[in-house]
Amino acid sequence: MLAIGEGASFKAQEIIKTLGSQNILLRSQKPGEEEKVTNRRDNYVLEYGLKNEDLKRIRNTIPGVETALPARVVRDYVWNITVRVDVDVVGTLPEYPIVRNHPIAMGRFFNQADLDAAESVCVLGKEMAQKLFPLDEPLGRDVRIGDNYYRVIGVMELRTTGSFSEGNLEDAGSASRDRMFIPLETARHRYGEVLFRRRAGSSELERVALHEITVKVVNPQDVIPVADAIKDVLEKNHKKKDYAVVVPLELLKKAEETKKIFNLVLGSIAAISLLVGGIGIMNIMLANVTERTREIGIRRALGARRQDITTQFVIEAVILSASGGLLGVLLGVLIPFAVSHFAGMRTIITPGSPILAFTISGLIGVVFGLYPALRAATMDPVEALRHE
Amino acid sequence: MSTPLNLAAGTPSSAVSPVSAIGPIVGLENLRKTYQMGGTTVTALSGLSLEIQAGEYVAIMGPSGCGKSTLLNLLGCLDRPSGGRYFLGGQDVSGLDDDALSAIRGARLGFVFQSYNLIQQLSVVENIEVPLFYQNCPEEQARQIATDLARRVGLETRLDHKPFELSGGQQQRVAIARALANDPLVILADEATGNLDSASGREILGIFDDLRRQGKTLIMVTHDVEVGERARRIIRLRDGELESDTCH
Repeated sequence: MLAIGEGASFKAQEIIKTLGSQNILLRSQKPGEEEKVTNRRDNYVLEYGLKNEDLKRIRNTIPGVETALPARVVRDYVWNITVRVDVDVVGTLPEYPIVRNHPIAMGRFFNQADLDAAESVCVLGKEMAQKLFPLDEPLGRDVRIGDNYYRVIGVMELRTTGSFSEGNLEDAGSASRDRMFIPLETARHRYGEVLFRRRAGSSELERVALHEITVKVVNPQDVIPVADAIKDVLEKNHKKKDYAVVVPLELLKKAEETKKIFNLVLGSIAAISLLVGGIGIMNIMLANVTERTREIGIRRALGARRQDITTQFVIEAVILSASGGLLGVLLGVLIPFAVSHFAGMRTIITPGSPILAFTISGLIGVVFGLYPALRAATMDPVEALRHE
Repeated sequence: MSTPLNLAAGTPSSAVSPVSAIGPIVGLENLRKTYQMGGTTVTALSGLSLEIQAGEYVAIMGPSGCGKSTLLNLLGCLDRPSGGRYFLGGQDVSGLDDDALSAIRGARLGFVFQSYNLIQQLSVVENIEVPLFYQNCPEEQARQIATDLARRVGLETRLDHKPFELSGGQQQRVAIARALANDPLVILADEATGNLDSASGREILGIFDDLRRQGKTLIMVTHDVEVGERARRIIRLRDGELESDTCH
């Protein structure tokens, strides 16, 4: 049980690490009721989400913010001649790899010059790079999105659990999508402000300035107050709740909290089982003492002190409970192994827990064996010898 | 069966005083024992005084309820007298606490019971070792002593047998070997032949005779006259009092 708990919390911590505990993630999100706004061209355009003004406000008015990294995320197809991959095209700034703690596997990320010139360059995700260029090096090659070609200048490192950050608040489909990075300016030129989104049976237009803002805070301990400040600022400037604020640190705390509750519940179950087991041992030992009354009398007649009798029966109880403990430890090692193997859950056995379990089972023997042993020791030798 | 035992079975506890060379090995002065039964007080022994010298072979006889068992429990330090004094090897043991009495039993006394009272899950040699274990005798030495004693009672081929694999007479011989293990001052036998057929009984009594010849002090409780006659001295009890004390 402890192994599963440790495994779960380890996974949570790993996820949080990829998001960055110093980061605050802001995301655009379609508001609950879809209020349609008519624009000049008589089309329905849904306007929502984070705006460039929000970015400026966060950068300029909130102290303790190191960087605020904007990103436009557009879902599109990327082609290499005839191979097609469905990805999120992310228009962002050169700081992205540092802020999001996502290193580059080969080549380079785009720089400020690429951004200023709105160059047609791109950095591929590891997975899509493998799909698009299964046989040859992607660097220096071109990929096509719509009618535009982009030169591949780098490939990102594989992000194993990064899907959590993408899949957390958006639809589940995006969870598995890889990300391709282009300069923010390039994205603005290519996609403009209004996006066309096809839906099952209908299509709609929507206007979203920025899809994501990643805020990096200078001091880790300021994350929570800064997040609160950002929430305040956004609340004042947005009529609808068309954004979401994700604080990885809060998630971490929540995960810790969950783990605590989990451990508490598991602990109580364990405590109850120990109590029941202990009473079982006490019962067996009491029966044992009664059955062996005569032996106790004999031993007393042959010179055993009360203390000797007590020691004998406590040791017997400890042997009983410790062998149970050994069996338990064995199962405790095998079951997590089976759980990892068959259920795919991550389990970690900390080296202390089997030792702890074994020690506790031994102590249970002492505690619950003591009463029967004392009863054995305080028997009157004459009575005990006469016992049939 | 002739070699006298010489063993230093660990160091006796501090509660056990050195044996005084002068005076009787057992001395009772006005020993009394009463029990509370419900509201009434039952007197089991009312003021018994007697002395037993080292090397004596004494039979305590009398009808049921005369106080034989009570006297044996008191002599065996399994119970404490309500009044009077009990000197064992010159030491007054009538006022000792439970732990001290345990130490006295372990160091000075050997018991042979009517129903053998062997520990069923232990082998012959392990049963003989039990008193030595409580005297903190080193394991190897205890094994040596136990093996020697088993040979003395003729059970050297049965060392690893369990009690239930032995006949009654063999079991009682194991019990005698066990009683000898700590080289006691006094061997107390409670109807030691009571559960045995006459042949086995004679065999056991033969061993007792041998022990007496070796200078052991034996006190035997019995109501079998024939068994009692083997002893040099017969003490008869009636209603908790000494009826007669005869030597022959």
